[in-house]
Amino acid sequence: MALQRCDVEKIAHLARLGLNEGELPRTTDALNSILGLVDQMQAVDTRGIEPLAHPLEASQRLRPDQVTESNQRDSYQAIAPATENGLYLVPKVIE
Amino acid sequence: MHQLTLAEITRGLADKSFSSEELTGALLARIKQLDPQINSFISITEELALQQARAADARRAAGENSPLLGAPIAHKDLFCTTGVRTSCGSKMLDNFKAPYDATVVAKLAEAGMVTLGKTNMDEFAMGSANESSHYGAVKNPWNLEHVPGGSSGGSAAAVAARLLPAATGTDTGGSIRQPAALTNLTGLKPTYGRVSRWGMIAYASSLDQGGPMARTAEDCALLLQGMAGFDAKDSTSIDEPVPDYSANLNASLEGLRIGLPKEYFGAGLDPRIAELIQASVKELEKLGAVVKEISLPNMQHAIPAYYVIAPAEASSNLSRFDGVRFGYRCEEPKDLTDLYKRSRGEGFGPEVQRRIMVGTYALSAGYYDAYYVKAQQIRRLIKNDFMAAFEQVDLILGPTTPNPAWKLGAKSSDPVSAYLEDVYTITANLAGLPGLSMPAGFVEGLPVGVQLLAPYFQEGRLLNVAHRYQQVTDWHTRAPNGF
Repeated sequence: MALQRCDVEKIAHLARLGLNEGELPRTTDALNSILGLVDQMQAVDTRGIEPLAHPLEASQRLRPDQVTESNQRDSYQAIAPATENGLYLVPKVIE
Repeated sequence: MHQLTLAEITRGLADKSFSSEELTGALLARIKQLDPQINSFISITEELALQQARAADARRAAGENSPLLGAPIAHKDLFCTTGVRTSCGSKMLDNFKAPYDATVVAKLAEAGMVTLGKTNMDEFAMGSANESSHYGAVKNPWNLEHVPGGSSGGSAAAVAARLLPAATGTDTGGSIRQPAALTNLTGLKPTYGRVSRWGMIAYASSLDQGGPMARTAEDCALLLQGMAGFDAKDSTSIDEPVPDYSANLNASLEGLRIGLPKEYFGAGLDPRIAELIQASVKELEKLGAVVKEISLPNMQHAIPAYYVIAPAEASSNLSRFDGVRFGYRCEEPKDLTDLYKRSRGEGFGPEVQRRIMVGTYALSAGYYDAYYVKAQQIRRLIKNDFMAAFEQVDLILGPTTPNPAWKLGAKSSDPVSAYLEDVYTITANLAGLPGLSMPAGFVEGLPVGVQLLAPYFQEGRLLNVAHRYQQVTDWHTRAPNGF
Protein backbone atom coordinates (compact mmCIF):
# COMPACT_ATOMS: atom_id res chain seq x y z
CA MET A 1 0.00 0.00 0.00
CA ALA A 2 1.93 3.00 -1.30
CA LEU A 3 1.66 6.44 0.24
CA GLN A 4 -0.19 9.03 -1.81
CA ARG A 5 0.60 12.70 -1.97
CA CYS A 6 -2.18 13.44 0.55
CA ASP A 7 -0.70 10.90 3.01
CA VAL A 8 2.66 12.65 2.80
CA GLU A 9 1.01 16.00 3.41
CA LYS A 10 -0.67 14.58 6.50
CA ILE A 11 2.59 13.06 7.83
CA ALA A 12 4.42 16.34 7.20
CA HIS A 13 1.72 18.18 9.13
CA LEU A 14 2.02 15.74 12.06
CA ALA A 15 5.80 16.30 12.04
CA ARG A 16 5.30 20.08 11.65
CA LEU A 17 7.45 20.11 8.54
CA GLY A 18 6.61 22.74 5.95
CA LEU A 19 7.21 20.93 2.66
CA ASN A 20 7.79 22.73 -0.57
CA GLU A 21 4.94 22.01 -3.07
CA GLY A 22 7.47 21.28 -5.77
CA GLU A 23 9.29 18.68 -3.67
CA LEU A 24 6.17 16.67 -2.85
CA PRO A 25 6.33 14.15 -5.72
CA ARG A 26 10.01 13.40 -5.05
CA THR A 27 9.46 13.14 -1.30
CA THR A 28 6.51 10.78 -1.86
CA ASP A 29 8.66 8.53 -4.08
CA ALA A 30 11.54 8.53 -1.60
CA LEU A 31 9.27 7.66 1.34
CA ASN A 32 7.66 4.84 -0.64
CA SER A 33 11.06 3.48 -1.51
CA ILE A 34 12.12 3.55 2.18
CA LEU A 35 8.86 1.97 3.31
CA GLY A 36 9.32 -0.70 0.64
CA LEU A 37 12.62 -1.59 2.32
CA VAL A 38 11.01 -1.48 5.76
CA ASP A 39 8.13 -3.72 4.68
CA GLN A 40 10.58 -6.61 4.23
CA MET A 41 10.16 -6.95 8.01
CA GLN A 42 6.67 -8.35 7.57
CA ALA A 43 8.11 -11.63 6.24
CA VAL A 44 9.86 -12.32 9.56
CA ASP A 45 8.10 -14.63 11.99
CA THR A 46 8.15 -12.76 15.31
CA ARG A 47 5.30 -14.57 17.07
CA GLY A 48 5.98 -14.76 20.79
CA ILE A 49 9.12 -12.58 20.58
CA GLU A 50 9.25 -9.86 23.21
CA PRO A 51 10.21 -6.43 21.80
CA LEU A 52 13.69 -5.18 22.77
CA ALA A 53 13.90 -1.47 23.62
CA HIS A 54 17.29 -1.24 25.37
CA PRO A 55 20.10 -3.42 24.04
CA LEU A 56 21.34 -4.34 27.52
CA GLU A 57 17.78 -4.44 28.88
CA ALA A 58 18.67 -1.94 31.57
CA SER A 59 15.81 -0.16 33.25
CA GLN A 60 15.59 3.55 33.85
CA ARG A 61 17.88 4.67 36.66
CA LEU A 62 16.20 6.87 39.26
CA ARG A 63 17.75 9.57 41.41
CA PRO A 64 16.64 11.34 44.57
CA ASP A 65 14.22 14.19 43.88
CA GLN A 66 16.64 16.98 44.72
CA VAL A 67 17.50 20.27 43.09
CA THR A 68 20.93 19.80 41.50
CA GLU A 69 21.02 22.58 38.91
CA SER A 70 21.23 26.31 39.36
CA ASN A 71 19.09 28.69 37.33
CA GLN A 72 20.82 29.48 34.02
CA ARG A 73 17.95 31.23 32.29
CA ASP A 74 20.10 34.05 30.95
CA SER A 75 22.66 31.81 29.29
CA TYR A 76 19.93 29.56 27.83
CA GLN A 77 17.99 32.53 26.50
CA ALA A 78 21.07 34.18 25.04
CA ILE A 79 20.82 31.68 22.16
CA ALA A 80 17.06 32.00 21.60
CA PRO A 81 15.70 33.62 18.43
CA ALA A 82 13.52 36.10 20.40
CA THR A 83 13.01 36.76 24.10
CA GLU A 84 11.62 39.53 26.25
CA ASN A 85 11.82 39.93 30.04
CA GLY A 86 12.99 36.35 30.44
CA LEU A 87 10.22 34.92 28.26
CA TYR A 88 10.45 33.25 24.84
CA LEU A 89 8.59 35.21 22.19
CA VAL A 90 6.36 33.49 19.64
CA PRO A 91 3.58 34.82 17.36
CA LYS A 92 0.30 35.57 19.11
CA VAL A 93 -1.51 32.30 19.92
CA ILE A 94 -4.83 33.61 21.31
CA GLU A 95 -6.69 36.21 19.28
CA MET B 1 55.22 16.40 13.23
CA HIS B 2 51.92 15.57 11.52
CA GLN B 3 53.07 12.00 10.88
CA LEU B 4 53.14 11.19 14.59
CA THR B 5 50.49 8.93 16.05
CA LEU B 6 48.73 9.89 19.25
CA ALA B 7 50.90 7.44 21.20
CA GLU B 8 54.07 8.95 19.71
CA ILE B 9 52.79 12.43 20.55
CA THR B 10 52.13 11.50 24.18
CA ARG B 11 55.69 10.15 24.43
CA GLY B 12 57.16 13.22 22.70
CA LEU B 13 55.29 15.55 25.05
CA ALA B 14 56.31 13.48 28.08
CA ASP B 15 60.03 13.53 27.25
CA LYS B 16 59.75 17.21 26.20
CA SER B 17 60.88 16.63 22.60
CA PHE B 18 58.35 19.33 21.75
CA SER B 19 55.77 21.41 23.56
CA SER B 20 52.02 21.26 23.08
CA GLU B 21 52.11 24.84 21.82
CA GLU B 22 54.65 23.95 19.08
CA LEU B 23 52.67 20.89 18.06
CA THR B 24 49.34 22.75 18.10
CA GLY B 25 50.76 25.58 15.99
CA ALA B 26 52.16 23.14 13.43
CA LEU B 27 48.90 21.21 13.13
CA LEU B 28 46.77 24.37 12.88
CA ALA B 29 48.99 25.58 10.04
CA ARG B 30 48.58 22.24 8.30
CA ILE B 31 44.78 22.30 8.72
CA LYS B 32 44.60 25.78 7.22
CA GLN B 33 46.82 24.76 4.33
CA LEU B 34 45.23 21.41 3.42
CA ASP B 35 41.68 21.31 4.70
CA PRO B 36 40.25 23.36 1.80
CA GLN B 37 40.93 20.27 -0.36
CA ILE B 38 38.83 17.91 1.77
CA ASN B 39 36.44 20.17 3.78
CA SER B 40 36.78 18.10 6.95
CA PHE B 41 36.38 20.94 9.45
CA ILE B 42 33.28 23.06 10.09
CA SER B 43 35.02 25.22 12.71
CA ILE B 44 38.73 25.66 13.44
CA THR B 45 39.20 26.81 17.03
CA GLU B 46 42.66 28.33 16.72
CA GLU B 47 42.53 30.73 19.65
CA LEU B 48 41.02 28.18 22.03
CA ALA B 49 43.54 25.55 20.91
CA LEU B 50 46.58 27.74 21.52
CA GLN B 51 45.19 28.77 24.89
CA GLN B 52 44.59 25.11 25.86
CA ALA B 53 48.07 24.17 24.58
CA ARG B 54 49.76 26.81 26.72
CA ALA B 55 47.69 25.68 29.73
CA ALA B 56 48.73 22.06 29.09
CA ASP B 57 52.40 23.05 28.85
CA ALA B 58 52.04 24.89 32.16
CA ARG B 59 50.41 21.86 33.79
CA ARG B 60 53.27 19.67 32.57
CA ALA B 61 55.86 22.15 33.78
CA ALA B 62 54.16 21.96 37.17
CA GLY B 63 54.81 18.22 37.25
CA GLU B 64 51.60 16.78 35.85
CA ASN B 65 52.10 13.87 33.49
CA SER B 66 48.73 12.42 32.44
CA PRO B 67 49.04 10.74 29.03
CA LEU B 68 46.66 12.93 26.99
CA LEU B 69 47.95 16.21 28.44
CA GLY B 70 48.67 18.59 25.54
CA ALA B 71 47.69 16.12 22.80
CA PRO B 72 45.43 17.37 19.98
CA ILE B 73 41.84 16.33 19.27
CA ALA B 74 38.91 17.44 17.12
CA HIS B 75 35.28 16.73 17.91
CA LYS B 76 32.56 15.68 15.54
CA ASP B 77 30.30 18.72 15.35
CA LEU B 78 27.52 17.14 17.39
CA PHE B 79 29.42 17.17 20.68
CA CYS B 80 28.36 20.37 22.43
CA THR B 81 31.18 22.83 23.15
CA THR B 82 30.64 25.90 25.30
CA GLY B 83 30.86 29.08 23.26
CA VAL B 84 31.92 27.28 20.07
CA ARG B 85 29.29 26.59 17.40
CA THR B 86 27.83 23.06 17.45
CA SER B 87 26.07 22.83 14.08
CA CYS B 88 25.37 19.10 13.73
CA GLY B 89 26.06 19.74 10.04
CA SER B 90 22.71 21.53 9.78
CA LYS B 91 21.40 24.95 8.83
CA MET B 92 19.06 24.42 11.81
CA LEU B 93 22.01 24.83 14.22
CA ASP B 94 24.26 27.09 12.15
CA ASN B 95 23.89 29.77 14.86
CA PHE B 96 23.89 27.41 17.87
CA LYS B 97 26.50 27.88 20.58
CA ALA B 98 25.81 25.44 23.38
CA PRO B 99 25.81 26.82 26.93
CA TYR B 100 27.64 23.67 28.16
CA ASP B 101 30.22 21.04 27.19
CA ALA B 102 29.30 17.45 26.35
CA THR B 103 30.65 15.02 28.96
CA VAL B 104 33.10 13.60 26.38
CA VAL B 105 34.38 17.10 25.58
CA ALA B 106 34.68 17.99 29.28
CA LYS B 107 36.49 14.73 30.13
CA LEU B 108 39.04 15.11 27.34
CA ALA B 109 39.59 18.79 28.18
CA GLU B 110 40.05 17.82 31.81
CA ALA B 111 42.66 15.26 30.70
CA GLY B 112 44.43 18.17 29.00
CA MET B 113 43.57 17.55 25.36
CA VAL B 114 43.73 20.49 22.98
CA THR B 115 40.66 21.04 20.76
CA LEU B 116 41.70 22.03 17.23
CA GLY B 117 38.16 22.29 15.94
CA LYS B 118 34.83 20.71 15.10
CA THR B 119 34.58 18.27 12.22
CA ASN B 120 32.15 18.02 9.35
CA MET B 121 29.43 15.37 9.38
CA ASP B 122 26.24 14.27 7.69
CA GLU B 123 23.37 16.47 8.83
CA PHE B 124 22.23 15.22 12.26
CA ALA B 125 24.46 12.16 11.68
CA MET B 126 22.06 10.82 9.06
CA GLY B 127 24.09 9.48 6.19
CA SER B 128 26.90 7.20 5.07
CA ALA B 129 28.72 9.52 2.67
CA ASN B 130 29.05 12.89 4.41
CA GLU B 131 27.19 14.46 1.51
CA SER B 132 24.17 15.73 3.47
CA SER B 133 26.10 18.36 5.45
CA HIS B 134 24.89 21.96 5.23
CA TYR B 135 28.60 22.85 5.01
CA GLY B 136 29.24 20.81 1.88
CA ALA B 137 30.48 17.32 1.17
CA VAL B 138 33.72 15.99 2.66
CA LYS B 139 36.20 14.47 0.21
CA ASN B 140 38.13 11.27 0.76
CA PRO B 141 41.89 12.05 1.01
CA TRP B 142 42.61 8.74 -0.76
CA ASN B 143 40.76 9.98 -3.83
CA LEU B 144 39.20 13.42 -3.83
CA GLU B 145 36.43 12.31 -6.18
CA HIS B 146 35.19 9.76 -3.65
CA VAL B 147 33.20 10.04 -0.43
CA PRO B 148 34.94 9.47 2.93
CA GLY B 149 31.94 7.62 4.37
CA GLY B 150 29.71 8.98 7.08
CA SER B 151 28.34 10.20 9.22
CA SER B 152 31.68 10.90 10.99
CA GLY B 153 33.23 11.67 7.59
CA GLY B 154 34.96 14.89 8.66
CA SER B 155 36.70 13.22 11.59
CA ALA B 156 37.76 10.36 9.32
CA ALA B 157 39.05 12.54 6.49
CA ALA B 158 40.92 14.86 8.87
CA VAL B 159 42.77 11.99 10.58
CA ALA B 160 43.40 10.16 7.30
CA ALA B 161 44.91 13.36 5.82
CA ARG B 162 47.23 13.64 8.83
CA LEU B 163 45.70 16.96 9.87
CA LEU B 164 45.69 15.55 13.40
CA PRO B 165 46.24 12.13 14.99
CA ALA B 166 42.76 11.37 16.36
CA ALA B 167 39.19 12.63 16.54
CA THR B 168 35.92 11.74 18.18
CA GLY B 169 33.06 10.22 16.23
CA THR B 170 29.65 8.75 16.91
CA ASP B 171 28.13 5.56 15.59
CA THR B 172 24.37 4.93 15.30
CA GLY B 173 24.44 2.43 12.41
CA GLY B 174 28.13 2.36 11.51
CA SER B 175 29.10 6.04 11.50
CA ILE B 176 32.51 5.45 13.14
CA ARG B 177 33.39 2.09 11.61
CA GLN B 178 32.30 2.72 8.01
CA PRO B 179 34.20 6.02 7.49
CA ALA B 180 37.19 4.49 9.31
CA ALA B 181 37.12 1.61 6.81
CA LEU B 182 36.79 3.92 3.83
CA THR B 183 39.73 6.13 4.87
CA ASN B 184 42.20 3.53 6.24
CA LEU B 185 41.67 4.29 9.95
CA THR B 186 41.00 2.34 13.10
CA GLY B 187 37.66 3.26 14.66
CA LEU B 188 35.85 1.82 17.64
CA LYS B 189 32.17 1.88 18.55
CA PRO B 190 32.00 1.00 22.23
CA THR B 191 29.29 -0.99 24.01
CA TYR B 192 26.04 0.98 24.29
CA GLY B 193 26.30 2.95 27.55
CA ARG B 194 30.12 2.83 27.82
CA VAL B 195 30.65 6.44 26.67
CA SER B 196 28.33 9.18 27.92
CA ARG B 197 25.80 10.54 25.45
CA TRP B 198 25.24 13.68 27.53
CA GLY B 199 25.72 16.76 25.37
CA MET B 200 25.93 14.66 22.22
CA ILE B 201 23.07 15.84 19.99
CA ALA B 202 20.76 12.85 19.76
CA TYR B 203 19.83 11.07 16.54
CA ALA B 204 18.55 7.66 17.75
CA SER B 205 19.06 7.46 21.49
CA SER B 206 18.91 3.68 21.89
CA LEU B 207 21.61 3.22 19.22
CA ASP B 208 23.92 6.29 19.46
CA GLN B 209 27.37 5.79 20.93
CA GLY B 210 30.49 7.97 20.82
CA GLY B 211 33.95 6.54 20.25
CA PRO B 212 37.52 7.13 19.07
CA MET B 213 38.87 7.35 15.51
CA ALA B 214 42.63 7.22 14.95
CA ARG B 215 45.24 5.54 12.80
CA THR B 216 46.11 2.72 15.20
CA ALA B 217 44.44 0.53 17.80
CA GLU B 218 46.99 1.78 20.33
CA ASP B 219 45.75 5.34 19.74
CA CYS B 220 42.10 4.29 20.01
CA ALA B 221 42.92 2.69 23.38
CA LEU B 222 44.44 5.95 24.64
CA LEU B 223 41.50 8.03 23.48
CA LEU B 224 38.81 5.61 24.66
CA GLN B 225 40.45 5.69 28.08
CA GLY B 226 39.71 9.39 28.23
CA MET B 227 36.15 9.09 26.90
CA ALA B 228 34.69 6.05 28.70
CA GLY B 229 33.03 5.91 32.07
CA PHE B 230 29.81 6.23 34.01
CA ASP B 231 27.98 9.55 33.81
CA ALA B 232 25.01 10.25 36.06
CA LYS B 233 23.81 12.85 33.54
CA ASP B 234 23.23 10.17 30.86
CA SER B 235 20.25 8.06 31.91
CA THR B 236 21.47 5.05 29.89
CA SER B 237 25.11 5.27 30.98
CA ILE B 238 26.30 1.94 32.39
CA ASP B 239 27.97 1.90 35.79
CA GLU B 240 30.77 -0.60 35.09
CA PRO B 241 34.44 -0.11 35.94
CA VAL B 242 36.62 1.09 33.04
CA PRO B 243 39.58 -1.25 32.47
CA ASP B 244 43.04 -0.06 31.41
CA TYR B 245 42.64 -0.36 27.63
CA SER B 246 46.37 -0.07 26.94
CA ALA B 247 47.40 -2.74 29.45
CA ASN B 248 46.49 -5.81 27.39
CA LEU B 249 47.26 -4.59 23.88
CA ASN B 250 50.05 -7.14 23.54
CA ALA B 251 48.19 -10.10 25.05
CA SER B 252 48.59 -13.36 23.15
CA LEU B 253 45.96 -14.42 20.60
CA GLU B 254 46.81 -18.09 21.11
CA GLY B 255 43.57 -20.06 21.05
CA LEU B 256 41.37 -17.01 20.39
CA ARG B 257 38.20 -18.30 18.74
CA ILE B 258 37.11 -16.11 15.82
CA GLY B 259 33.75 -16.64 14.11
CA LEU B 260 33.21 -15.79 10.45
CA PRO B 261 29.46 -15.31 9.88
CA LYS B 262 28.61 -16.89 6.54
CA GLU B 263 26.00 -14.14 5.98
CA TYR B 264 28.83 -11.57 5.86
CA PHE B 265 30.49 -13.27 2.91
CA GLY B 266 27.46 -13.79 0.68
CA ALA B 267 26.09 -11.97 -2.36
CA GLY B 268 26.64 -8.22 -2.37
CA LEU B 269 30.22 -8.33 -1.07
CA ASP B 270 32.87 -7.09 -3.51
CA PRO B 271 34.99 -10.23 -4.13
CA ARG B 272 38.19 -8.16 -3.91
CA ILE B 273 37.19 -7.13 -0.39
CA ALA B 274 36.35 -10.76 0.47
CA GLU B 275 39.89 -11.71 -0.56
CA LEU B 276 41.49 -9.03 1.65
CA ILE B 277 39.32 -10.08 4.60
CA GLN B 278 40.42 -13.71 4.14
CA ALA B 279 44.05 -12.51 4.07
CA SER B 280 43.52 -10.71 7.39
CA VAL B 281 42.05 -13.93 8.82
CA LYS B 282 45.23 -15.78 7.75
CA GLU B 283 47.36 -13.23 9.62
CA LEU B 284 45.30 -13.71 12.76
CA GLU B 285 45.59 -17.49 12.41
CA LYS B 286 49.38 -17.10 12.24
CA LEU B 287 49.10 -15.24 15.55
CA GLY B 288 47.34 -18.23 17.09
CA ALA B 289 43.65 -17.55 16.47
CA VAL B 290 41.32 -20.42 15.63
CA VAL B 291 38.68 -19.70 13.01
CA LYS B 292 35.28 -21.24 12.47
CA GLU B 293 32.23 -20.47 10.39
CA ILE B 294 29.17 -19.28 12.27
CA SER B 295 25.72 -18.04 11.32
CA LEU B 296 23.81 -14.86 12.18
CA PRO B 297 20.59 -15.84 10.42
CA ASN B 298 18.67 -12.62 11.09
CA MET B 299 21.34 -10.23 9.77
CA GLN B 300 19.39 -9.54 6.58
CA HIS B 301 16.50 -8.10 8.64
CA ALA B 302 18.69 -5.54 10.40
CA ILE B 303 18.45 -2.74 7.82
CA PRO B 304 14.61 -2.77 7.59
CA ALA B 305 14.35 -2.83 11.41
CA TYR B 306 16.93 -0.05 11.75
CA TYR B 307 15.03 2.17 9.31
CA VAL B 308 12.03 2.01 11.63
CA ILE B 309 13.76 2.30 15.01
CA ALA B 310 16.25 5.03 14.11
CA PRO B 311 13.75 7.30 12.29
CA ALA B 312 11.15 6.75 15.03
CA GLU B 313 13.60 7.88 17.70
CA ALA B 314 14.83 10.70 15.44
CA SER B 315 11.30 12.03 14.85
CA SER B 316 10.91 12.29 18.60
CA ASN B 317 14.40 13.65 19.33
CA LEU B 318 14.27 16.24 16.58
CA SER B 319 10.92 17.63 17.70
CA ARG B 320 12.92 19.90 20.03
CA PHE B 321 14.05 21.98 17.04
CA ASP B 322 11.01 24.21 16.92
CA GLY B 323 12.37 27.67 16.15
CA VAL B 324 11.45 28.89 19.64
CA ARG B 325 14.24 28.22 22.13
CA PHE B 326 17.37 27.93 19.98
CA GLY B 327 18.45 27.29 16.42
CA TYR B 328 16.98 28.51 13.15
CA ARG B 329 13.75 30.52 13.02
CA CYS B 330 12.00 31.40 9.74
CA GLU B 331 11.38 35.03 8.77
CA GLU B 332 8.04 36.63 9.71
CA PRO B 333 5.96 33.65 10.86
CA LYS B 334 2.27 34.38 10.54
CA ASP B 335 1.25 32.16 13.45
CA LEU B 336 2.77 29.52 15.74
CA THR B 337 2.09 26.58 13.39
CA ASP B 338 3.64 28.49 10.53
CA LEU B 339 6.67 29.24 12.73
CA TYR B 340 7.15 25.52 13.49
CA LYS B 341 6.55 24.33 9.97
CA ARG B 342 8.67 26.84 8.12
CA SER B 343 11.51 26.86 10.66
CA ARG B 344 11.73 23.05 10.40
CA GLY B 345 11.04 22.92 6.66
CA GLU B 346 13.75 25.51 5.93
CA GLY B 347 16.19 24.45 8.68
CA PHE B 348 16.35 20.70 7.97
CA GLY B 349 17.78 19.23 4.78
CA PRO B 350 15.98 16.59 2.68
CA GLU B 351 17.47 13.44 4.27
CA VAL B 352 16.65 14.63 7.78
CA GLN B 353 13.10 15.49 6.68
CA ARG B 354 12.67 12.05 5.12
CA ARG B 355 13.76 10.27 8.28
CA ILE B 356 11.55 12.45 10.49
CA MET B 357 8.58 11.60 8.27
CA VAL B 358 9.33 7.86 8.18
CA GLY B 359 9.52 7.93 11.98
CA THR B 360 6.37 10.00 12.33
CA TYR B 361 4.52 7.56 10.08
CA ALA B 362 5.84 4.46 11.90
CA LEU B 363 4.75 5.86 15.25
CA SER B 364 1.36 7.17 14.13
CA ALA B 365 -1.93 5.66 15.25
CA GLY B 366 -2.69 2.33 13.61
CA TYR B 367 0.88 1.65 12.42
CA TYR B 368 2.75 1.39 15.72
CA ASP B 369 2.44 -2.41 16.10
CA ALA B 370 3.15 -3.17 12.46
CA TYR B 371 6.28 -1.05 12.40
CA TYR B 372 7.78 -0.08 15.74
CA VAL B 373 6.89 -3.18 17.77
CA LYS B 374 7.78 -5.46 14.86
CA ALA B 375 11.18 -3.76 14.50
CA GLN B 376 11.86 -4.16 18.21
CA GLN B 377 11.01 -7.86 18.00
CA ILE B 378 13.50 -8.24 15.14
CA ARG B 379 15.98 -6.34 17.27
CA ARG B 380 15.70 -9.11 19.87
CA LEU B 381 16.17 -11.82 17.24
CA ILE B 382 19.38 -10.09 16.12
CA LYS B 383 20.64 -9.83 19.67
CA ASN B 384 19.78 -13.51 20.26
CA ASP B 385 21.82 -14.48 17.17
CA PHE B 386 24.87 -12.75 18.66
CA MET B 387 24.37 -14.28 22.10
CA ALA B 388 24.23 -17.76 20.54
CA ALA B 389 27.34 -17.02 18.43
CA PHE B 390 29.33 -15.79 21.44
CA GLU B 391 28.75 -19.16 23.11
CA GLN B 392 30.93 -20.69 20.40
CA VAL B 393 33.44 -17.94 19.64
CA ASP B 394 35.21 -15.04 21.40
CA LEU B 395 35.07 -12.60 18.50
CA ILE B 396 33.26 -12.18 15.21
CA LEU B 397 35.10 -11.00 12.10
CA GLY B 398 33.91 -9.83 8.70
CA PRO B 399 34.11 -6.96 6.25
CA THR B 400 33.14 -3.51 7.56
CA THR B 401 31.54 -2.52 4.25
CA PRO B 402 30.48 -4.43 1.12
CA ASN B 403 32.17 -1.94 -1.23
CA PRO B 404 35.01 0.59 -1.14
CA ALA B 405 34.22 4.34 -1.08
CA TRP B 406 31.89 5.32 -3.91
CA LYS B 407 32.09 8.44 -6.07
CA LEU B 408 30.65 11.68 -4.76
CA GLY B 409 27.04 11.94 -5.87
CA ALA B 410 26.80 8.30 -7.02
CA LYS B 411 24.12 7.36 -4.50
CA SER B 412 22.55 10.70 -3.68
CA SER B 413 19.47 10.29 -5.88
CA ASP B 414 18.51 6.95 -4.27
CA PRO B 415 18.72 7.04 -0.46
CA VAL B 416 17.94 3.32 -0.11
CA SER B 417 21.03 2.32 -2.14
CA ALA B 418 23.22 4.15 0.39
CA TYR B 419 21.34 2.56 3.31
CA LEU B 420 22.33 -0.89 2.05
CA GLU B 421 26.03 -0.05 2.42
CA ASP B 422 25.58 -0.28 6.22
CA VAL B 423 24.51 -3.93 6.10
CA TYR B 424 27.49 -5.21 8.15
CA THR B 425 27.64 -2.47 10.77
CA ILE B 426 24.01 -1.90 11.80
CA THR B 427 23.58 -5.17 13.72
CA ALA B 428 26.11 -4.12 16.39
CA ASN B 429 24.07 -0.98 17.11
CA LEU B 430 20.81 -2.90 17.34
CA ALA B 431 22.43 -5.38 19.74
CA GLY B 432 24.46 -2.68 21.57
CA LEU B 433 27.73 -4.56 21.02
CA PRO B 434 31.21 -3.05 20.66
CA GLY B 435 32.72 -3.10 17.17
CA LEU B 436 36.01 -2.02 15.62
CA SER B 437 37.12 -1.45 12.05
CA MET B 438 40.77 -1.60 11.07
CA PRO B 439 42.68 -1.28 7.79
CA ALA B 440 42.98 -4.50 5.77
CA GLY B 441 44.28 -3.39 2.37
CA PHE B 442 43.27 -1.52 -0.77
CA VAL B 443 41.07 -1.99 -3.82
CA GLU B 444 42.02 0.31 -6.71
CA GLY B 445 43.80 2.62 -4.30
CA LEU B 446 40.80 2.85 -1.94
CA PRO B 447 41.03 1.51 1.62
CA VAL B 448 39.20 -1.58 2.88
CA GLY B 449 38.28 -2.26 6.50
CA VAL B 450 37.89 -5.46 8.47
CA GLN B 451 35.37 -5.41 11.30
CA LEU B 452 35.67 -7.16 14.66
CA LEU B 453 32.70 -7.55 17.01
CA ALA B 454 32.96 -8.63 20.65
CA PRO B 455 30.64 -9.37 23.59
CA TYR B 456 29.52 -6.47 25.79
CA PHE B 457 32.30 -4.43 27.44
CA GLN B 458 35.10 -6.28 25.65
CA GLU B 459 36.52 -3.21 23.95
CA GLY B 460 39.90 -4.20 25.39
CA ARG B 461 39.82 -7.50 23.53
CA LEU B 462 38.99 -5.73 20.24
CA LEU B 463 41.89 -3.33 20.74
CA ASN B 464 44.21 -6.19 21.67
CA VAL B 465 43.43 -8.15 18.49
CA ALA B 466 43.67 -5.03 16.30
CA HIS B 467 46.98 -4.05 17.90
CA ARG B 468 48.52 -7.48 17.41
CA TYR B 469 47.34 -7.43 13.79
CA GLN B 470 48.90 -4.01 13.32
CA GLN B 471 52.22 -5.32 14.65
CA VAL B 472 52.44 -7.77 11.74
CA THR B 473 50.84 -5.69 8.95
CA ASP B 474 51.51 -2.18 7.65
CA TRP B 475 48.21 -1.21 5.99
CA HIS B 476 47.48 1.25 8.80
CA THR B 477 50.79 3.08 8.25
CA ARG B 478 50.01 3.99 4.63
CA ALA B 479 49.26 7.64 3.94
CA PRO B 480 47.29 9.08 1.01
CA ASN B 481 49.29 10.86 -1.72
CA GLY B 482 49.50 14.60 -1.19
CA PHE B 483 48.89 14.33 2.54
